[in-house]
Amino acid sequence: MNAPEQMKQFRHIGTRPIRPDGVDKVTGKALYSPDFKAPGMLWGAILRSPHPHARILSIDTKKAEALPGVKAVATGKDLPTLESLVMHVGEGASDIVDISHNCLALGKALYEGHAVAAVAATSPEIAREALGLIAVEYEELPFVLGLEEALAEGAPVLHDTVFTKGVDPKPDKPSNAAMRVEMGKGDVEGALASAAATVSGRYTLEPVHQGYIEPHACVASWNGDGQAQIWTSSQGHFAVRSLTASVLAIPQADIRVTPLEIGGGFGGKTTIYLEPVAMVLSKKSGRPVRLAMTREEVFRATGPAPGAVIDVRLGADADGALVAADVQFLYHSGAFTANDAGAGVSSAIGHYRIANTRVVGTEVLCNRPAAKAYRAPGAPQVNFAVESAMDELAGKLGIDPLDLRLKNAAAEGDPQTSGLPWGRIGYVECLEAAKAHPHWSAPLGAHQGRGVAGGYWGNYGGPSTVNVSVAEDGTITVATGSPDIGGSRASMAIMAAEVLDVPYEQVRAVVADTASIGVSMVTGGSRTTFATGMATVQAAEEVKRLLCERAARMWGVPADQVEWRSGAVACLAGEAQGQTLSAAAIAGRSFHSGGPIAAVAALSAQGWLPGFGVHICDTEVDPETGHVRIVRYTAVQDVGTAIHPDYVEGQIQGGAAQGIGWALNEAYIYGENGKLDNAGFLDYRMPVASDLPMIEAVMVEVPNPAHPYGVKGVGEVPIVPPLAAVANAIHAATGARLKDLPMAPDRVYAALHPQG
Amino acid sequence: MSKIRVSTTVNGDHAEFLCESTSSLLDVLRDTMGLTGSKEGCGSGDCGACTIMLDGEMVCSCLVLAPEAEGRTVATIEGVAEGSVLHPVQQKFLEHAALQCGFCTPGFIVAAKALLDRNPNPTEAEVRYWLAGNLCRCTGYDKIVRAVMAAAADLRQERTPA
Repeated sequence: MNAPEQMKQFRHIGTRPIRPDGVDKVTGKALYSPDFKAPGMLWGAILRSPHPHARILSIDTKKAEALPGVKAVATGKDLPTLESLVMHVGEGASDIVDISHNCLALGKALYEGHAVAAVAATSPEIAREALGLIAVEYEELPFVLGLEEALAEGAPVLHDTVFTKGVDPKPDKPSNAAMRVEMGKGDVEGALASAAATVSGRYTLEPVHQGYIEPHACVASWNGDGQAQIWTSSQGHFAVRSLTASVLAIPQADIRVTPLEIGGGFGGKTTIYLEPVAMVLSKKSGRPVRLAMTREEVFRATGPAPGAVIDVRLGADADGALVAADVQFLYHSGAFTANDAGAGVSSAIGHYRIANTRVVGTEVLCNRPAAKAYRAPGAPQVNFAVESAMDELAGKLGIDPLDLRLKNAAAEGDPQTSGLPWGRIGYVECLEAAKAHPHWSAPLGAHQGRGVAGGYWGNYGGPSTVNVSVAEDGTITVATGSPDIGGSRASMAIMAAEVLDVPYEQVRAVVADTASIGVSMVTGGSRTTFATGMATVQAAEEVKRLLCERAARMWGVPADQVEWRSGAVACLAGEAQGQTLSAAAIAGRSFHSGGPIAAVAALSAQGWLPGFGVHICDTEVDPETGHVRIVRYTAVQDVGTAIHPDYVEGQIQGGAAQGIGWALNEAYIYGENGKLDNAGFLDYRMPVASDLPMIEAVMVEVPNPAHPYGVKGVGEVPIVPPLAAVANAIHAATGARLKDLPMAPDRVYAALHPQG
Repeated sequence: MSKIRVSTTVNGDHAEFLCESTSSLLDVLRDTMGLTGSKEGCGSGDCGACTIMLDGEMVCSCLVLAPEAEGRTVATIEGVAEGSVLHPVQQKFLEHAALQCGFCTPGFIVAAKALLDRNPNPTEAEVRYWLAGNLCRCTGYDKIVRAVMAAAADLRQERTPA
């Protein structure tokens, strides 16, 4: 479905060619992180804390070092002492000291699973045996897992160096409140007091994991001359380089990171866990070292998305116009200061026009693994609360829930939560498309209900480098620094082929290592098709200009007497008037006409726009068991322009499925002892094929005027609306308003049978 | 501890390897034989990324001890295509964009081929339940199910809409 301004006709944009890396991936040839081996490689393993909070009194590694086959042992003391430095590499900022201490604990273990020592040996069996020979003396400390418990007077404080950021004046004592973010305007209390209708509620969510199927792994080789190589999959090999170099206090150019294929990330692979440890083990042993996590380690020691406690109050006029919103929430930071609260604040209510608002978010430290980015980090939690409250408000006012949203929906020029005006956003278009979709008016069966929710994510632009080069036969290589996590090689090839007006197969896109292309930010923030795409277009345009210049030189005519036409240069004047030269003809002579033809675009992409989505969900609730079945699901999203619609739909479908899992099943479950009880895929239940129906992705195209082809980011938005869409559908089916996730059968059953 | 010598057939070729008594077949395939197409997502039989065929039965190779391969027939993702000619399941995965990161893809393709080998005309529900032992976190399964249905139609020499 296209918005009216989408008039441009394209040759490649919007087509669905097969991805260039496809055959390798369906035949098992593609090399992912755990597949890589280096000659002479040692096998590493990591010893992890069995306690949720403990002082490390001593670590005795002598017996492990004496085991035949063990070549190196490392502890936190092998990493250099660093000054606090906040680094912006992924989605949000992290202090390099925290990243270092998360790679290997120093002084205290802050969660069950926190790395405390590592070994490298000649076989995985010996490495595991050596772990058992490391003697760690712990002094167990009181621990805290819950949000409100962590903020209570007398709670165990994780870090005596953390004084709540964002509070003026600075608090006089350290606490677990790592950061407080507040935005707002007007008179919230006054407006709520005079509102015709109000709703209020407390919503809770547990931490959930990104759930990528590829566990973290890397191989590092660090030579005595200081130069090193790392082979790993990540969402950004430049981030791996800068973070690893910073943790080890060495020059970035001394590390060459080669990106391997990445088996899913969803934000969770924008940081590092293993690389500095593998580097230290490699330096000590003089050999390449491989570290790889088990699934259990992934659950216990890598970043989940934060759980939350969220209090919401909304007020509206009798006709449904929102007059006030008050949203206050606590997010789990885990063991180190995370950054989801800021994004949560800016993602809470900005999709509506509301005169009086207060949004306050607090990051709370607790003895859980450090929270990390997960697809639209910080947005789904608060959106669940706000969009559930909107549904309740619609019921109270007797207004159709889509009409209530349409009445209040923000459009271009309306203020965001920050006060800045929205650009060319497409929320209204999405709501209208949802209302017009046959799903919205389809009949429902017994025990079925329909819910809707809207949401958004800010997206991002930022730094990308792309090199477009012409081979001697006129074929084109596009090299980027952006890991391809779901088809971006195809979208880059499409954009370059569009610029050059050549066949898609004439352009091949690759992901280059850190020594072969300039710095590029992570594949995250829904930025790659936008920002790296912008660099691809810019570099391809320069290549086109160079080809024209060379052709003019070959014909002996001024440069303005040639023109790019149908993938070749046409001569407009002189003896050669009417002749054309293809890229192959020009490139074949390039060594004699000025040298190879290539162009680099290195830019920091500006003008990104947020994406908006509206999801419609039908559920069927079994009153006997409390089981919720998703019967039908439609996800409408403003995608700007879909470069490769298959992969845009795929992002929307995958994000919706993750959101459905978050709504119905997924949660970190801890025992009384502070240890994770469900650190595996059997007990941490992600959706499987039989849990889901087809997910209809409806692409609304409201192009971004700042991008040559109108791109807006698409990857993160689709996980934002599902939580409330499912909850609202359960309410419609049963009359029960569930405010605590996951809405697992026991909770739904209890809500349906309040008397027990 | 001395290693165990195992004689087996992998993708139609005779193969011999030495392994520990505790080694999984997946570890031997990946680390000893260099067949890294089968992936380890969990090591506990919950994700299906290591799915292979053992004497024609679909199994998680992480749950099979390597010495159990003695005298048996192993088929992995590396043997699904005939030379450079893709199997229809592989071809439809490409045409339907049924992979994003691709890490779960080998397991899905082996499992889907096993389904179509015994049931050439599965319903959508049959496809979904057959593949319920394979986790995919990227796609929401929509395009995977469509690709398998399309491959089934292709094998039956019917045409289906994309």
